[in-house]
Amino acid sequence: MKTLLSGNEAIARGAYEFGCVFSAAYPGTPSTEILENVAKYKEIKSQWSPNEKVAMEVAIGAAMAGARSLCAMKHVGVNVAADPLMSFAFMEVKGGFVLVSADDPGMHSSQNEQDNRNYAKFAKIPVLDPSDSAEAKDFVGKAFDISETFHAPVILRTTTRTSHGKGLVQLGDPMERKVAGFEKNFEKLVVLPMNARKLRVDAEARLRKLEAFAEETDLNFEEEGEGRIAFITTGIAHVHLKEILPSAPILKIGMPYPLPMKKIQNFVSRFDRVIVVEELDPFVQEQILAAGIHVEGKNLIPGIWELNPEIIRDVLEKEGIIPEKKRHKTVKADAIPRPPVFCPGCPHLGIFHALKKAKAQIVTGDIGCYTLAAIPPFNSMDTCVCMGASIGNAIGIEKATGSGIGIAAVIGDSTFTHSGLTGLVDAIMNNSHITIVISDNSITAMTGGQPNPRTGWDLHRQPNAKMDFEIVARAMGAEHVYPVDPTNMAQTFDVVKRELEADHLSVIISQAPCVLYPKKVERDKFFTFLNNCTACSMCSRINCQAITRSGELTEKGRNKWHISEDLCTGCGLCIQMCKFDAIRPISRKGE
Amino acid sequence: MTNTNILLVGVGGQGILLASEVMSEVFRRAGFDVKKSEVHGMAQRGGVVSSHVRFGEKVYSPMIEEGDADIMLSFELMEALRWEHYLKPDAFLATSNVRMVPPICNSGTIIYPDDTCEQLKKVHPQARVLDIENTLQEVGNSKVTNVIMLGVLSTILKIAENDWLDVVKEAVPPKLIDVNVKAFTAGRAFL
Repeated sequence: MKTLLSGNEAIARGAYEFGCVFSAAYPGTPSTEILENVAKYKEIKSQWSPNEKVAMEVAIGAAMAGARSLCAMKHVGVNVAADPLMSFAFMEVKGGFVLVSADDPGMHSSQNEQDNRNYAKFAKIPVLDPSDSAEAKDFVGKAFDISETFHAPVILRTTTRTSHGKGLVQLGDPMERKVAGFEKNFEKLVVLPMNARKLRVDAEARLRKLEAFAEETDLNFEEEGEGRIAFITTGIAHVHLKEILPSAPILKIGMPYPLPMKKIQNFVSRFDRVIVVEELDPFVQEQILAAGIHVEGKNLIPGIWELNPEIIRDVLEKEGIIPEKKRHKTVKADAIPRPPVFCPGCPHLGIFHALKKAKAQIVTGDIGCYTLAAIPPFNSMDTCVCMGASIGNAIGIEKATGSGIGIAAVIGDSTFTHSGLTGLVDAIMNNSHITIVISDNSITAMTGGQPNPRTGWDLHRQPNAKMDFEIVARAMGAEHVYPVDPTNMAQTFDVVKRELEADHLSVIISQAPCVLYPKKVERDKFFTFLNNCTACSMCSRINCQAITRSGELTEKGRNKWHISEDLCTGCGLCIQMCKFDAIRPISRKGE
Repeated sequence: MTNTNILLVGVGGQGILLASEVMSEVFRRAGFDVKKSEVHGMAQRGGVVSSHVRFGEKVYSPMIEEGDADIMLSFELMEALRWEHYLKPDAFLATSNVRMVPPICNSGTIIYPDDTCEQLKKVHPQARVLDIENTLQEVGNSKVTNVIMLGVLSTILKIAENDWLDVVKEAVPPKLIDVNVKAFTAGRAFL
C-alpha cells in the first residue's frame, strides 16, 4: 500500500523497516518530526538528548554496541555535534550509523544557511541526498547498508521541502533488529594518536572503495531524455527540474559524496552542455570541475536560498532551453505585514515587558520562541548567535566595556540545558556581573513542545527527574538566584530592575507554563468593558495578539481596545496594565 | 491530465495544515499522485502560513509555481490579497471574510485597510468572499474554518461527498466529529 508521508515520517518509517535499534535526537526545524515518528515504533529504542552532541555520542555508543543507530538534527545541530562526528568518522563503525542532517535553505526557521553535504567531504564519509519521501525512506536502508559495508558513518541530508513535503511512499515489512554486542577493540575504538594515525590512513583507503561503489550503486542513475543539453541533479532540485522539463536527459545523483566520476565523465561526454542543478552550494559541481570535467551550474542557478520550480524555469528560459511561458502576474498585491509574534498569554511577554520597563541597556538573546522579542513590535533583544550564546555574549560585552550593570542575557530552559549551563559556569568562573534571565516555560516550545531536562518527562512521556535551575545555579556558585512569576508584573519588574542595577552576577528564573505545550492552558479569559476604556493604550503595550483596536471611539475619536475572546488565554497581564477597571475577567460580564 | 494545484493560506493557528492533510488523503484514496509542502516552525506563531497541495497523474515537485495555482482557499481576508499572485487568472479563489488584525497594527502606523475586499476584487474579479464569520457562529465553533473550506473545495472537485467526510471524521477528535460534519456541510452550501 502507498501512504502519504512527509520526508521526516518516511525516514522514521525507514528506521523501522531497516532494522534500526536505537535513535537519538535534539529537536530543531526541519528535523523534529523524525524522532517524534520514530518514537511511534515501539520496536525502536529512542530518546531526546539535551543537545545534538550528546545525541550523537549516545547514538555512537549504540553503534559501538553493534546496533543500527540513527541520529537526527537540524543543520546547525551538526555544528554542535561536529566534535564526535569528526573523530567517529575515522573509527570503525560496527552497527550501521546514520546521521540525518535536515538543512534549511532559505532559513524558514533557522539562524543561518549551510549546506551540510560539506560535512561529508570534511569528514571523508558518504552523504545521501533524497529527492522525495519515497527516496527518504529507501535511503535510510541504503545508508545503513553502506555504513556497515564500509564501516563508516553515513550522512542522510534532507532540505526543508524534502523534510516537510509529503509524497506517496510504498510501505515494506520490517527486517530483523539485531544487537551484536560491544566488543573491545583498542585499535579501532580508542583514538589515541597511535591509533588515530593508522585510522587516518584507513579512512583514505575506505574513500577509494566508496568511490568504486559510487560507480556501481543504483543511488546514482541515468534517466534518458531528449536533446543535446543534459542535467546532473541532486536532492529536491531533481523534482523541481523534472516538473519544468520532464523530458530532459538527467544523471540523478543520490550520493553526492563521493561521486562516480567515471559515470559522470561518460555522461558529460555525450552532450553539448551539462548543467548541475543542486540546492545551495556548488558541492557536486565543484567536485566535477576539480576532476577536470566541464559542467555548468552555479553560474546559472542561485547558490543561496531554496530552489523552487519557478527559479529553474527562469534559468531554463534565459538559457533558451525552454520557450518562455506567459506570465500572468508581474506585481504582488499590497498586503500588510504579519510577522510571527508571541502566542496570546505567552509567559515570555511578561519577562520582556519587565526588561523593557526596567530599561535593560543590552539584552543578549538566544534561540527559541523568545527570539521573537528581537523584532517589532517588541524590539527587546539585541543579539542572537546560536544555541546557548546569550550568556557568553553578555559576558564578553561586559568584559570589553567594563561593566555588567544593565546587561541581561535571556535564555530559555531548553537552550539553557542544551548549552547555556557552560555559559553560566563561565560567568561564575570569570566573576561576571551580568543578569542572566532563564525564561523557563519547561518545554521546548518553538519546535512543537518536546520535553527537555526541565520538563519532568521524556520522549515517551515517562516521568524523569525535573532539573531544578535554582539549585543548579547555586551549586555552580551563583549567589543571587531569584525565581519570579512573569505573569505577576509588579514582582517581576522589581526583581529585574534591582538585579539589572546590582553590581553582581544574578540569575533570574522567570517561570510560567507555555500556553500551548504540553497542553493548551485553560484559564478564565478577559474582556474589555468598553464604557470604562479611555483608549489610554496601556494594555496594548504588552503586544498581546489578542488585544487590538476596537471599532468603538472615545469622545476624542480614539479607538478603544478590544480583547479577542477566541485568542485570550487568561494570563492576566493586561488587567495589571489597566487603571480604569476596563479589563475584567469573563466572570464579571453582565455586571 | 494536467495536475491540479491548490494553495491554502491563512494565519498560524487556523488549522491550515489539517485541511491540507485531509485533502491530500482524499486525493490519495481517489487514486491520484499527491505531493504537498509547507513550512513549520517559527513562521507559525501568529504569522503567515501557506500550504501547497498538488495532485494528478504524476506530480514531481511539491511546490506550486507562482502564477500556477488553480485553486486558492484563504482562511483570512488579507492573506488572500498577499498570495493572489500565485493564482492563474481564471483560478478559483474562495476567501474567508474574517479579518485578523496583527499586533503590528496596534501602534497605529500600519493599518488593516477597510477596503481589502475591494482591493482583492480589483486583482481577482471572480474572488468569492465567504461569510465564514457568520458560519462559524452558526456552527458554534470558532476553530472549524478549515473544515468549512474543505466543504467549499468538495463542491468544485469531482470526488464524492462521502469520500471527503470519511477522511474528515478520521482526522478530527471523536467528540468533535458532529461539529465538523456540520462545518463541512455548511461549506458545501456556500456555492
